[in-house]
Amino acid sequence: MTASTDETGAGPREATTGPTADAIRETCIAIRELDAWYGDIHALRSISLDIAYGEVIALIGPSGCGKTTLLRCLNRLNDEVEGARVAGSVRLDGQEIYARPVDPVALRARVGMVFQKPNPFPKSIYDNVAYGPRIHGLATDRAQLDDIVHVSLERVGLLKEVRDRLDEPGTDLSGGQQQRLCIARTIAVGPEVILMDEPCSALDPIATARIEDLIDELAEDYVIVIVTHSMQQAARVSSRVAYLNHGSLIEVGETNRIFTNPQHKLTEDYITGRIG
Amino acid sequence: MSKIERRRRIEARLGGRHRRERWFRLLGITAVGLALSFLVLILANLVGEGASAFTQSKLDLPIRYEVTASPTGGAPDVRYPDVDYDALVLDALAGLLAVEPDRQMRRELRQLVSIDAGFVVRDSLGSAEQAPGARLTVTVPASSNVDMLVKGQLDRSLPAVQRPLSDRQIAWVDTLRDSGVLVRRFNTALFTNGDSREPELAGIRGAVVGSFYMLAVTLLLAFPIGVATAVYLEEFAPRNRWADVVEISINNLAAVPSIVFGLLGLAVFIDWLGFPRSAPLVGGFVLALLTLPVVIISSRAAIRGVPGSIREAALGVGASRMQVVMDHVLPLALPGVLTGTIIGMSRALGETAPLLMIGMVAFIVDVPTGLGDPATALPVQIYLWSDSPERAFAERTSAAILVLLGFLLLMNLLAVLIRRRVENK
Ligand SMILES: Nc1ncnc2c1ncn2[C@@H]1O[C@H](COP(=O)(O)OP(=O)(O)OP(=O)(O)O)[C@@H](O)[C@H]1O
Ligand SMILES: [Mg+2]
Repeated sequence: MTASTDETGAGPREATTGPTADAIRETCIAIRELDAWYGDIHALRSISLDIAYGEVIALIGPSGCGKTTLLRCLNRLNDEVEGARVAGSVRLDGQEIYARPVDPVALRARVGMVFQKPNPFPKSIYDNVAYGPRIHGLATDRAQLDDIVHVSLERVGLLKEVRDRLDEPGTDLSGGQQQRLCIARTIAVGPEVILMDEPCSALDPIATARIEDLIDELAEDYVIVIVTHSMQQAARVSSRVAYLNHGSLIEVGETNRIFTNPQHKLTEDYITGRIG
Repeated sequence: MSKIERRRRIEARLGGRHRRERWFRLLGITAVGLALSFLVLILANLVGEGASAFTQSKLDLPIRYEVTASPTGGAPDVRYPDVDYDALVLDALAGLLAVEPDRQMRRELRQLVSIDAGFVVRDSLGSAEQAPGARLTVTVPASSNVDMLVKGQLDRSLPAVQRPLSDRQIAWVDTLRDSGVLVRRFNTALFTNGDSREPELAGIRGAVVGSFYMLAVTLLLAFPIGVATAVYLEEFAPRNRWADVVEISINNLAAVPSIVFGLLGLAVFIDWLGFPRSAPLVGGFVLALLTLPVVIISSRAAIRGVPGSIREAALGVGASRMQVVMDHVLPLALPGVLTGTIIGMSRALGETAPLLMIGMVAFIVDVPTGLGDPATALPVQIYLWSDSPERAFAERTSAAILVLLGFLLLMNLLAVLIRRRVENK
């Protein structure tokens, strides 16, 4: 399924034709004519985009184009920003997340987020991972909680490294380890979607490679929306790429196609390094 | 611009830049030196004035008493109702000095010891359960005039009419001192007694207990209300015109002269709500009002210092705002909050003016036993004593100031320790 085939037809043109593997996949997140403002700043303009189960979608675009804003609209984190406003529709599994009965607190358990700078809590490694399950009451006893913590750490490949120091502060880990800890903290709650906002921009190349491998593995179980400034990273980890500029979605399509055959002049200028 | 020209220009300004830095350092060192020397001056003066108040001249009197009746039981003052304890003291003194006192001499002898000496004897005899006819050594405080003479603060060369002690009394004091009966001991009364008209009996216990009760009330009110206000303003309140109004009001409140809070307390708590005058409860209310802005402002600063990324991380895994505050923001802000509270409390401990307004300046002998008892506070006690003409009260004033400074030092030390502990984390 592509942005141009939605009912409203308001999305950007996508040149790809013919059925792809994605077309038979079920839609997870359906964004329709989403507008967002910070006070008078119009940060997102009429974004329409479908994100399917099983895909990793990369958001690219020049600085300030609204990538982070779009991401934060998907778990309603922008509700917490003073002066931020949103109009339009975002459906998760067919349910409107901006409708009244949806509690943003419950939504964020389904749509987790990993931030640009690793931000572990200044608590022990164990408590970092256990925090989400604790507040949502996911474990009934200590053994279950231990289990969740171990599985989550194992999943991000951190268990080996920290098994003997679960009581030490999470902030004592290296940058790359901290970011993996943050991912473990996110998946401990068992989300369906993981939003990642430039998760590697504060990391060295080796740590970056590890996170990218991890994204590949996680893609089997989670829908991943990742913001990145690195074309190479987008090419490596994503199945589709969406290009934003000045708050508008310019083009979206399969990763290979976007990088080899961009349909839009702005996209081409961006990926060839002429803007951004 | 050529390379050489660029280098020349940079070097031309170098001298001036270093010179300014040297000047600034010099200025800073001078300022610190000035502040320190004033502090040393004040401390030296206080210690010089007040150190002698920590000792008190006392007499070890051999008391012999005959009572025909057996003890009646109960409190010491009713145990031997028929004994004239003052006479026992006089007899002991006369015996020591080997004199047969007439009326005049008895009066002069009595002036050597504190007017409380009889009570002291009564209490120790009563508690000693001595058999009648036994001899018991009782330590009684000397009168403040004798104490001053012993401490060298009474000029012996003055003509007798200008001295509070006669030639004969001075001779007696010297005799008693030479025979080891009259000695300077640690002044326990200063710490165990309430206020008194007699310097040798006056102590700061009542004032310290009053201050303690007041600060307890202040802490119980100002800490929770202040922290809750700060959390609400920082984490929940919308940022709009009203928030600005509240912000300005609180900042202004912090700058209002403290006596205004005293007047407010008098009008609201005593006149309107009918709380008792001179009570630590009301004092605590007033000091809480005074401390509240300090707690709010410092707590807000501490809360603002918690990085936003921590809040986002917690929100991101689905914590509610309240959980973000309770689980993450407050624990991280706590050291700053506590430091601010302690600074506010130490300010409250030193406050005098508002307490005068609510009647805590009264002369109160009894140590308060509850929040409603009439009480005074340490700084007010200092104010009261500093007003007394007796030389003996002057030294006690300085001693009380030293004690107050000691408490303040302890509180500030605690604030530093808390901050240090967290910075090392
Ligand atoms: N909290 C905020 N308050 C006001 N304006 C904001 C806020 N956050 C973002 N903006 C504005 O919204 C626009 C989009 O910002 P956004 O952070 O989404 O960009 P971005 O694509 O993530 O940029 P970058 O690649 O630099 O991270 C920018 O013009 C930015 O200045
Ligand atoms: Mg961004």
